[in-house]
Amino acid sequence: MVDVLERPATRNEPPPEAHGPTGLLKWLTTTDHKVIGLSYTVTAVIMMVIGGAFAEIIRAQLATPNGTLVSLAQFNELFTMHGSVMIYLFAGPFAFGALANIIVPIQIGAPDMAFPRLNALSYWLYLTGSITMLSGFFTAGGAANFGWVGYAPLSNSLNTPGAGADLWIGGLLLTGFSAIFTGVNLVATIFYLRAPGMTMFRMPIFTWNMLVTAILILLAFPVLTAGLIMLYADRHFGTHIFSVAGGGVPVLWQHIFWFWGHPEVYILALPFFGMVTEIIAVFSRKPVFGYKGMVFATISIAALSLGVWAHHMFTTGVVLLPFFSAMSLLIAVPTGIKIFNWIGTMWRGEVWFSTAMMMSLGFLVTFLIGGLTGVYLASPPLDFFTHDTYFVVAHFHSVVMALVMAAMAGLYYWGPKITGYLLNEKIGRVQFWFLFVGTQVFTLPLYLVGLRGMPRRMAVYPHDPQWQFLNDLSSVGAVLIGISTLLFVANLVYSWKKYPAGANPWDGQTLEWFTTSPPPHHNFYRLPPIRSERPTWDYNHPEHRALPHGRRNGDGA
Amino acid sequence: MKVEARFLLGLGLFFGVVGLIYWLWSGEDAGGVMLGAAMLLGFLPGGYYLYWSRRMTPRPEDDPEATPATGAGVVGAFPSTSIWPFTLGMGAFVTVLALVFGIWLLVPGLSLVVWALLGAVAESRRGGHV
Amino acid sequence: MGTAGLVLSGCTVPSFGASPGDTTSSRSVFHLWQGFSIGAAIIGGLVVVLVLWAVLRYRRRSERIPDQHQYHIPLELTYTIVPILIVIGLFAATMVVETKEVANPHTNVTIDVNAFQWGWKFTYPGSNAVVVGQTTQTPTMVMPVDTNVHINLTSSDVVHGFYVKAFNFSRYALPGVLNQFTLRAVSTGTFFGQCTQLCGLYHSLMWFDVKVVTPSQYQTWLASFHGTAAAAAAAAASAAVRQQTSSITPTKPATSRGAN
Ligand code: HEM
Ligand SMILES: [Cu+2]
Ligand SMILES: [Cu+2]
Repeated sequence: MVDVLERPATRNEPPPEAHGPTGLLKWLTTTDHKVIGLSYTVTAVIMMVIGGAFAEIIRAQLATPNGTLVSLAQFNELFTMHGSVMIYLFAGPFAFGALANIIVPIQIGAPDMAFPRLNALSYWLYLTGSITMLSGFFTAGGAANFGWVGYAPLSNSLNTPGAGADLWIGGLLLTGFSAIFTGVNLVATIFYLRAPGMTMFRMPIFTWNMLVTAILILLAFPVLTAGLIMLYADRHFGTHIFSVAGGGVPVLWQHIFWFWGHPEVYILALPFFGMVTEIIAVFSRKPVFGYKGMVFATISIAALSLGVWAHHMFTTGVVLLPFFSAMSLLIAVPTGIKIFNWIGTMWRGEVWFSTAMMMSLGFLVTFLIGGLTGVYLASPPLDFFTHDTYFVVAHFHSVVMALVMAAMAGLYYWGPKITGYLLNEKIGRVQFWFLFVGTQVFTLPLYLVGLRGMPRRMAVYPHDPQWQFLNDLSSVGAVLIGISTLLFVANLVYSWKKYPAGANPWDGQTLEWFTTSPPPHHNFYRLPPIRSERPTWDYNHPEHRALPHGRRNGDGA
Repeated sequence: MKVEARFLLGLGLFFGVVGLIYWLWSGEDAGGVMLGAAMLLGFLPGGYYLYWSRRMTPRPEDDPEATPATGAGVVGAFPSTSIWPFTLGMGAFVTVLALVFGIWLLVPGLSLVVWALLGAVAESRRGGHV
Repeated sequence: MGTAGLVLSGCTVPSFGASPGDTTSSRSVFHLWQGFSIGAAIIGGLVVVLVLWAVLRYRRRSERIPDQHQYHIPLELTYTIVPILIVIGLFAATMVVETKEVANPHTNVTIDVNAFQWGWKFTYPGSNAVVVGQTTQTPTMVMPVDTNVHINLTSSDVVHGFYVKAFNFSRYALPGVLNQFTLRAVSTGTFFGQCTQLCGLYHSLMWFDVKVVTPSQYQTWLASFHGTAAAAAAAAASAAVRQQTSSITPTKPATSRGAN
């Protein structure tokens, strides 16, 4: 079925009822970005729970130096699949498939994504890719066990024969194409389906960040896909791209992997930066401070992120240290600009501690820790000293746990737009404190145990029982984080259809808060005039438009 | 359209400059090639947009003064439901499983893919607007 | 920047969780660490104070709509330019330490280190000395104090990581690549080392020790291998070790034209 869409002008009557199949068939055949986005959201959250369960087992094993909960072989599978599930199947798809899919078209006043069927295909590739990767656990040899980075030559058919590794590659191929299609779709949507008056510099920061993320996806993911095909060829077609014996170069895999892998870090992070930016502005009742600076900071982060990949390879001894160190240090500058802009947004505002806002503040502090420790790692001598120890594990968990907080903020903030119902704020705040405190108790000891010399990916550490206390503390933190996840699920159940949201529960500023919750089939049946990046706010508070530098309200325009 | 073009051209330029510096300084080829490809990904679509931005009448979404009424009219044809993405996805799934469980799976896998592609194209034809 | 000065005179500054270690490089790395930590503490502290002030001072008390300020160009420029300056300082301090650390001054003592699944082999060119051990057998690498010791590191199968906590240093052992670096221990003692790069099943148990001794003890130790018994034992041990691809001769990586 095809709908020919007219852009509504100022019609006030509701649009024609949505038609078509219902139930399972609706889910299988839908091309509505909101339904697809919701499928993404649910799948990604399930993946987070699965990956989290692996993490809890890892932490239980490490609670004693000679843990016997799992075998050495199982431990390797567990952290490999923990990392893989979290990065490939949770954080990425959540960042660019879930909320972005739902919110970006609405924020720019579009009826849907530019290629709705391609969008549906992205979801099916993501779902089947996830199943493929996880099904490794059900094969005789177990799941992939070479770490989420799959370094050659450990990942060749000599060292890791078995279907688990191939399923890992296959799953990544599917999710990789899924990401690329989403990237294409986002760029086309943002370039071609904006509402009248929605110029590029009036797009909400979240949409801007998604545009930049989409471009990064298009730059990075094809490289990973190519690398995976080479890896597969080495495993099964007898090529020697990454093996020394046949004249190949193992380090080439690392170059390819990290050329995707570092941009991937920002593909994960930028969407969440965007969410937090919007949330902080709304709950401070102010416009985003330094909007243009924010956009340029995002673009420079993305640009620089393509030139830093070998900071993951400092200790290989074969990369150009000063270049990668300088580029990596430079990324701290636009990141710092963002942090100061967030503070500027709150400054002299009216800060309301909703769950979404508290999660965003939690993000800010946790991300600050992760960002500052990242600066150390950009300095080769300090990286030689901490590389592949728990210091690095702690660093990136500060970052990713900050992203988890931002994801939660996004769910509390935009969830009502999709479902029509708010979540319980009290449970939300309790969840926040468990998540925030748990994260610090989980990560901070890991920095220390790393500095005391504990390498990552250790199933046992009998040689230095001194490390045990810090590990135990970290495991306590992991339990607190686990409880916060359960609280979230409990909140979903408890608040089910309890608190109707209305169109605009938070006094939102951007277009998605102009339409109903949930929005009608093609999102809008009327649009406000768009004169700034806050059309809904301008419409609701015409006397409180953003001020040029130096002016106060009441000065007259 | 101009902003979009400049955005992509700017990125391409940056990757070109950084790629050149990197390649000359390090002599490491893989990174040089990948940065070169990144430059092209900025230049090709960026150049295309620049070309068109000079020839087309400005769109309502590029006009800061446009009102909702300015843009009223047909936006495009959007499929509201379709079974083909699911079919194509399953085809891709089975095709990838062939990498692991045996080449024979390519037969059902690729059949599904081809069937889905044909179906999707026919669907667009029937819709008549795409 | 302040960091440069701190690098020189860091000893009364807190350790921030790290330790000076036992080589000349590990000490300068430690001072660099302190410098970075001071910077991080100042900037992190500033941000936390600003955030706390913002949320506490401006917490919502009424339905008032605040002034809708959006830009303050001088302020925005300040927090662009100051971080750039800080970064330049950090980079300069990094380069000072790094240049010394990766330099390879001339020396007479060389040790060939070969990593394999899952153990280490230390060979002393110009003598009969060979030490091999797998997993928890914990082979010991003996080296003289106050002497530049040149290490030739490679791997005979997958990627491993040569890491000695007391040296504040690690380097990959890559198949097909000869990684060269110099260690100069400043005091004697036995230090623990471990493989840090995932290399398969027994990765957690790929341990070794580094024993730093006086130069004369070192000579005695080397000489002890002239006895045929010891040499035969070492040879037997190395034969027992599983080495899949030891026939490969390491070379500089093919993708690198002169990167260090
Ligand atoms: C409940 C929260 C979490 C806990 C308790 C946890 C715990 C851990 C632990 C203990 C390791 C180290 C395994 C080892 O080196 O032996 C690890 C590794 C890792 N984690 Fe997490 N984690 C959590 C959440 C996340 C999230 C949200 C992400 C990403 C979005 C993530 C990504 C990774 C990655 C990429 C690795 C590296 C895996 C590897 O070494 O191959 N983790 N995690
Ligand atoms: Cu990186
Ligand atoms: Cu190892």
